[in-house]
Amino acid sequence: MSAIPLTTATTPVRTELVEVPSRVGERFDPSSSSGQAKLSTNGERGRALGSAGRHRQGLSDRALAWLFIGPTVLLLLAFNIFPLLWTIWLSFTNYRANRPGADVLWVGLGNYARVLNDEAIWENMRATAHFLCFSITLQLLLGFGLALMLNRRFKSHSFWSTAILLPMMLAPAVVGTFWKYFFEPQYGIFNYIVGFFGGRGSFTMLGDAQLSPWAIVLVDTWMWTPYVMLLLLAGLRSIPPYLYEAAEIDRASEWTKFWRITLPMVMPFIILAVLFRLIENFKMFDLVDQLTNGGPGSVTELASIKLKREAFEKWRTGYSSALAIILFVAIYGLSLVTVRFLDRVKQR
Amino acid sequence: MKSTMHSPLEPTPRAKAFAGIVVIGYALISLIPLVWILMTSFRTPQDAIAYPPQVLTQPSLIGYVNLFTTRSRVGAQELAALPPPVTWYEGLVREQQMIVAGPSRFADRYLNSVLIGFGSTFLSVLLGTLAAYAFSRFRVPGKDDLLFFILSTRMMPPIAVAIPVYLMYRAVGLSDTHLGLILLYTVVNLSLAVWLLKGFMDEIPREYEEAAMVDGYTRFQAFVKVVLPQAATGIATTAIFCLIFAWNEYAFALLLTSGTAQTSPPFIPTIIGEGGLDWPAMAAGTTLFLLPVLVFTVLLRKHLLRGITFGAIRK
Amino acid sequence: MKSLNRRSTLAAALLAALGLASGAAQAQTRQLTLCWAAWDPANALVELSKDFTAQTGVQMKYEFVPWPNFAQRMLNELNSKGKLCDLLIGDSQWIGSAATEGHYIQLNEFFDKNGIKMSDFMPATVEGYSTWPKGTKNYWALPAMGDAVAFTYRKDWFARPELQAEFKSKYNRELAPPATWDEFKQIGQFFQNRTIDGKKVYGAALYTERGSEGITMGVTNVMYAYGMQYDNPKKPYDMKGFINGPEAVAGLKFYKELFDCCTPPGHSNAYMTEDLDSYKSGQVAMQMNFIAFFPGIAKDPNVGGEKTGFFTMPKAKIAAAQLGGQGISVVKYSDKKELALEYIKWFAQPAVQQKWWDAGGFSCHNAVLSKPGFEKSTSYAPVFLDSMKIVKDFWQEPSYAQLLLAMQKRTHDYVVAGKGTPQEAMDGLLKDWTEVFKEDGKIKP
Repeated sequence: MSAIPLTTATTPVRTELVEVPSRVGERFDPSSSSGQAKLSTNGERGRALGSAGRHRQGLSDRALAWLFIGPTVLLLLAFNIFPLLWTIWLSFTNYRANRPGADVLWVGLGNYARVLNDEAIWENMRATAHFLCFSITLQLLLGFGLALMLNRRFKSHSFWSTAILLPMMLAPAVVGTFWKYFFEPQYGIFNYIVGFFGGRGSFTMLGDAQLSPWAIVLVDTWMWTPYVMLLLLAGLRSIPPYLYEAAEIDRASEWTKFWRITLPMVMPFIILAVLFRLIENFKMFDLVDQLTNGGPGSVTELASIKLKREAFEKWRTGYSSALAIILFVAIYGLSLVTVRFLDRVKQR
Repeated sequence: MKSTMHSPLEPTPRAKAFAGIVVIGYALISLIPLVWILMTSFRTPQDAIAYPPQVLTQPSLIGYVNLFTTRSRVGAQELAALPPPVTWYEGLVREQQMIVAGPSRFADRYLNSVLIGFGSTFLSVLLGTLAAYAFSRFRVPGKDDLLFFILSTRMMPPIAVAIPVYLMYRAVGLSDTHLGLILLYTVVNLSLAVWLLKGFMDEIPREYEEAAMVDGYTRFQAFVKVVLPQAATGIATTAIFCLIFAWNEYAFALLLTSGTAQTSPPFIPTIIGEGGLDWPAMAAGTTLFLLPVLVFTVLLRKHLLRGITFGAIRK
Repeated sequence: MKSLNRRSTLAAALLAALGLASGAAQAQTRQLTLCWAAWDPANALVELSKDFTAQTGVQMKYEFVPWPNFAQRMLNELNSKGKLCDLLIGDSQWIGSAATEGHYIQLNEFFDKNGIKMSDFMPATVEGYSTWPKGTKNYWALPAMGDAVAFTYRKDWFARPELQAEFKSKYNRELAPPATWDEFKQIGQFFQNRTIDGKKVYGAALYTERGSEGITMGVTNVMYAYGMQYDNPKKPYDMKGFINGPEAVAGLKFYKELFDCCTPPGHSNAYMTEDLDSYKSGQVAMQMNFIAFFPGIAKDPNVGGEKTGFFTMPKAKIAAAQLGGQGISVVKYSDKKELALEYIKWFAQPAVQQKWWDAGGFSCHNAVLSKPGFEKSTSYAPVFLDSMKIVKDFWQEPSYAQLLLAMQKRTHDYVVAGKGTPQEAMDGLLKDWTEVFKEDGKIKP
């Protein structure tokens, strides 16, 4: 933190104090909307308190807290908690959204049993796990490598770092559609380029049951490596230089410096990157849906694509709600574990 | 690549050169698809599906024209009987033996995206800033749990959230409305906004507000006059991320909108030409759709890097 | 840059026009919105309907959605009781659901009052597009677009003397449109990986789409031809031995053989648009597609005219083709039902039906179809007539979507992903469908 904010912050305060006396004596009305907050009581009382360095407590602070947090919590309750509870309720019924007039029967854990016993769902989970595992690993490796390189601040590095960001600015659905075009064996450039560099040009990334899981990993990595890179670069920049200087003095080798300084200091950021990519890719829908439709067969049918089909194409609302809850619990559990790990790492 | 070292002292010129080569190499490779999309937007539909792929083709604006118009095919005699084309785009369309039948939905969808994207970004940043400040400064009961709860709202797959929201909107008549989608995006972005902004707020020393309040400001005035200006970077960064999400969102827009409030992402992959997908028009749509986000990000790119680090890491 | 200025002027002009248009539309209440899929016939209907506007002064607005998203978007709309569509030209498979849930209004009374007789329309289309329950006299739509799956082929390639000679010496018959599926396979293999005019070409473009209904619309043609039936004709919903019987299995197996031997690389997720792309770019000798696209293909600058011919589905045990086509219905939630019915009344007139055919639509009216000289009116008219005689349809049950999606999964898993055996695929499908019907109460658990 530089000294600059100090001066800019304090200067306006000083000049405006000149106008304060004219409003001294008005009461602060906690119930007025935040836009109309007025100076409360009188500056002298403030100064008396202020001489001890304490800031003001009391009604205005608490009221402000509620005012500031209130709308957020309310909206989240309305759009997250309420739907979550509704989904839970739906998961215990056989409701179908396309037959609103039909009788709604309570089926207890019936939907959950069906979901967990359905072999197809486990295939979806395997496909999702494969996708998560490999895309996150690749993005970490590439992102970290790029961040390390960018941190050397070669000439024009800031231009290229922005250029690398481009893929993640596209809409994932559009990315999926265009990579379908690129992977087309006849007129797409992927096969063309691979063939150019000596590989066999006659494969079908999207049509081959062995290759298509890798196709989705590839496209996701292309799109989100910049994000991981950015995160890790910030982490690298936050490492205090004196640590390295001390290591230099101790004649530590490059590898030691990396292993004992860089990696541990960046670890919280790495975990954070894993956390956010995990959450996002577990929910991944648009990109894969446009790219493969879950095919060939159901080889790339991720859990969220299955969910969409059950909920919005087959309209089995009760069943799909159960599936949604199960997925939610899975991500929640994984995130909890990751965040605990993050806290432990931060403690060091 | 992974085992190269980070040196705090100035890296050697050789190290820098190596880094440069690696990064520029990666950037160029990863930009090939984007450049190809841009080039495709200037091809004719036939050239776009030529096999083997042609790198250089006769440039044409037919993609952009197709993007903004609907056309219908006419027979050869009817074509000959028509008066000569008035505008340059009508001329291009006539070459394909079609006539312009009217504007397409793209402009509509683009405007919807602007409205809904910027609207929800504004709201989520506004509410997020307020909430983040409160979490940062005040003693809120159950703060950590509340914060995790806020993060967890991001964990439901959008499809899952869409089921009850779809039913809810159907009941209150918010289906296919701008307001409905704005509200939903605001809420989804709120969790990210609160987390990011809290981190920024945490970094701003409390001393400044306290000094201001000692001088007679209320908490709220201190917030507005002291804290907000310093949080400008954080707010800008948060706004970028919220906008990118709202701008590019697909699942909710697909399931909860149709004719009136549909945004561009569900629309672009469905741009059909004469029977087949109109790749040049889709590429044109993609390029135009990317521009605002690109401009926004480039302008604010300095803040982006600084903004990624937030309170989750700092003590 | 000049082009940049022009582009922004164009955009601005279009936006202004849009603004004016929507403003004008709002000011006028005599307006109808018609929803259909975004394809060639829809454009033809737009032209045709200008007549209606001229006659009645009612403005027509259109909502056209590309096929892969059409079902989901429209069913979503109906389920939300949306008011977007006044008239909906819905797929034949939606009839059951739309009738049961009350999305469409029943048209019997309207027909009787206005002298519209269902006997004036081709029986297969009445049964397929209008009635629910199937075969009864409850009418929920007017047959609007007759359609079935058939083939186009490169007549110019078939006519090449060197190819004809080679084919004859290999298979001992003329290189001509196939009459049976075995003949089809031979032709496919003949063209597969052959070089014509310096480019490598392939046998056929078939339906293999995973997402909406593509592969089902392709595979059923072969399965029907091999004798497959969905259920026991004497006992509805009794499917064991029928959907997973030997005919079905043989048909599915043959479709996979065709996919493996005779399709272009990367043709693993293809439906109407991809098949069109393949054919128009000169990649394939034969193309499976809905007859609705044939007028557009015939006019195509690259492959149209004399270069293209058409043939109906080949046969195996029997001749059969998958039914396409739609009927036009009035949406119950519309505020303009009376106006919408006016449109249907106009559309049902024989004179309009004739213009519909001439414009590229596929009329189902007997007056048009049995007119002398109909067969010669276009190059694809005979194929249309012949195909409509042999059509069979998929389930039209209210839960048709579940049945369809199950079949999509099972057949794609086997045909494209190569998973398991055809018998296993069909057995799996039987299990899926039994579950659906049990949930519906059509089968006692």
